[in-house]
Amino acid sequence: MRSWRAAAPGAAVALAGAAVFPLALGSTYVTSVAMQVEILMCLALGLNFVVGYAGMLDLGFAAFFAIGSYTSGLLAVDAHWPVLATLPVAVAASLLGAVFIGTPTLRLRSDYLAVVTLGFGEIIQNIVNNLNQTGGPEGIYGIPPLSVGPLTITSTTGYYYVFFVLVVLFVAVSYRARRSRLGRAWLAIREDEDTAYAMGIKVRRYKLYAYMAGSVLGAVTGTFYGSAFVAIAPPSFGFNESLLVVMAVSMGGMGSIWGALLGAGAVVAFPEVFRQFAQARLLVFGVALVLVMVLRPQGIWPEEGLRLGRLKQSARRATRQLTHWASARLGAR
Amino acid sequence: MSWNVVVPDIVAGLFLGAFFALIAVGYSMVYGILRLINFAHGDFYMVAAFVSYTLLALVTVGTQVNWGNVIWVGVVTMLAAGVLAVVAERLVYRPMRRAAVLSLMIAALGVSQILENGVLNTPGWGSNYLPFPVTPPGNGFDVASVHYTWLQVAIVLTAAVLVLAVHFIVNHTMLGTAMRAVAQDRVAATLMGVNTDRVISLVFFIGGALAGAAAVTASLYYGQINYLMGFSIGLQAFTAAVLGGIGNVAGAAVGGLLLGILESVGTGLVGAQWALMFAFGALVLTLWLRPTGLLGERVGQRV
Repeated sequence: MRSWRAAAPGAAVALAGAAVFPLALGSTYVTSVAMQVEILMCLALGLNFVVGYAGMLDLGFAAFFAIGSYTSGLLAVDAHWPVLATLPVAVAASLLGAVFIGTPTLRLRSDYLAVVTLGFGEIIQNIVNNLNQTGGPEGIYGIPPLSVGPLTITSTTGYYYVFFVLVVLFVAVSYRARRSRLGRAWLAIREDEDTAYAMGIKVRRYKLYAYMAGSVLGAVTGTFYGSAFVAIAPPSFGFNESLLVVMAVSMGGMGSIWGALLGAGAVVAFPEVFRQFAQARLLVFGVALVLVMVLRPQGIWPEEGLRLGRLKQSARRATRQLTHWASARLGAR
Repeated sequence: MSWNVVVPDIVAGLFLGAFFALIAVGYSMVYGILRLINFAHGDFYMVAAFVSYTLLALVTVGTQVNWGNVIWVGVVTMLAAGVLAVVAERLVYRPMRRAAVLSLMIAALGVSQILENGVLNTPGWGSNYLPFPVTPPGNGFDVASVHYTWLQVAIVLTAAVLVLAVHFIVNHTMLGTAMRAVAQDRVAATLMGVNTDRVISLVFFIGGALAGAAAVTASLYYGQINYLMGFSIGLQAFTAAVLGGIGNVAGAAVGGLLLGILESVGTGLVGAQWALMFAFGALVLTLWLRPTGLLGERVGQRV
């Protein structure tokens, strides 16, 4: 990311715009879509630690989202805990899961790791779906709204701001982590694991830290998710959801904070914009994903910056070839 | 846990294992040659099932099962599945030959999404569970008071013949040597005069064809198809491939059979909804205790 100073005015405008956005627009539908974007942004920023910084493909991130949601939801509904009090427990549960799954498996090759994390995601979803204590296929309903001090948040706009705060918080955490010793170790591991190990980085341990960091962010998001939607059910925590988060991070730009935000926005906005095409939009999505991976694998907004240079170059070249071809055809006639 | 209860489960597991083996061999070969977990492989299987469904629906009159029709539809489906695999390879995986593993896997996920949603949106297919137009007759024979149909025998035979054929190709032909060479060291293979592009395409074709065969036999066996059927079976087939030793044809077959039996016995004990848990449990255990699989891994180093 380039200098703070250069980015600051743009970022400030964006922040201000996002802050007044729901009040200005007044449409609940748009606000709720925006809230979903924020939720995905939070999840994407969490996954960014695992995929973007440490370079491990995690296809079961929804598992941490689920653990956070269900832990918080169960405590809030069955034990009548206030939602904020459930937060540390949800985070602890998620961390436990991360350590439990991560310790034996993070040393695997990236391809195997991907499938194992996928399996973990499926297992968690299976468990909450099949156990009576977690409400089975119907899930948990009647989750109390979030109350901060005297304020109880029940409106969509209210939760928009809750997740807004979360996004800002996660961005700050991601930013600081990236610039810390831990972050540098992660990037080294991502770029070349063996060399990192040779340089004295305890690869397995740092990979676990990345996985844990992701799990914490996922759990926190999950906790507030329950309050926002009052009810949670197994279908929201499956492979499709994990895949959406992966798409957000990879299409947006792996390792890049803005990329994760952009990707999340694209992933949610895309189907909404193309709503009239109903099911076909997911097909277009798949095509878009493949195209981005083939043509611009570093994502739309990678870490090094927007890097439109190559795009402009290839666009220029393509236009030149087209005009040559066209003039040759027309000339030949 | 009486013997009478377990034995039918074991035998049912063999049939399940036959499907796993066919798909696992394809998975294993592609992984061996490209170091790519082709998440879309299960979806090749799924598309093949739908293709065979459409073809059979066209030629089946009433409830009479014309085995001749089934056979030629099966062959056509295998070819179609093989072609689909090659198309995916040409369009998506070949341009990404030198890309990072992460991007490759995500691209594979994208292909999987395209196939699944493509089938979802094709008129006449869609999201419902479609009943297979051919219901095989239940005539067969009895062994120890359990009834086995000729279809089940045919399935096992088909799978065995195909897997043996692939094993023969890989280990006793020039083409197979070329495949193993490309799997071991692609650059060196080109230096030895191997047309790596063509070999890789062929591997995809074979893998796809096997998935096509599995699709037809599984659809006959289970009687219904659905656009999401590729996902879980793809995962289970991958587990089977890892269990037996990835990159290894015999390993994939053995792994497939083993996993089929394991799942069948396991779900017989605790219920069908935990089927995937057994598969993943097996995967994690294998990767933890014997990562190279039962018959040993056969892949080169991706540096």
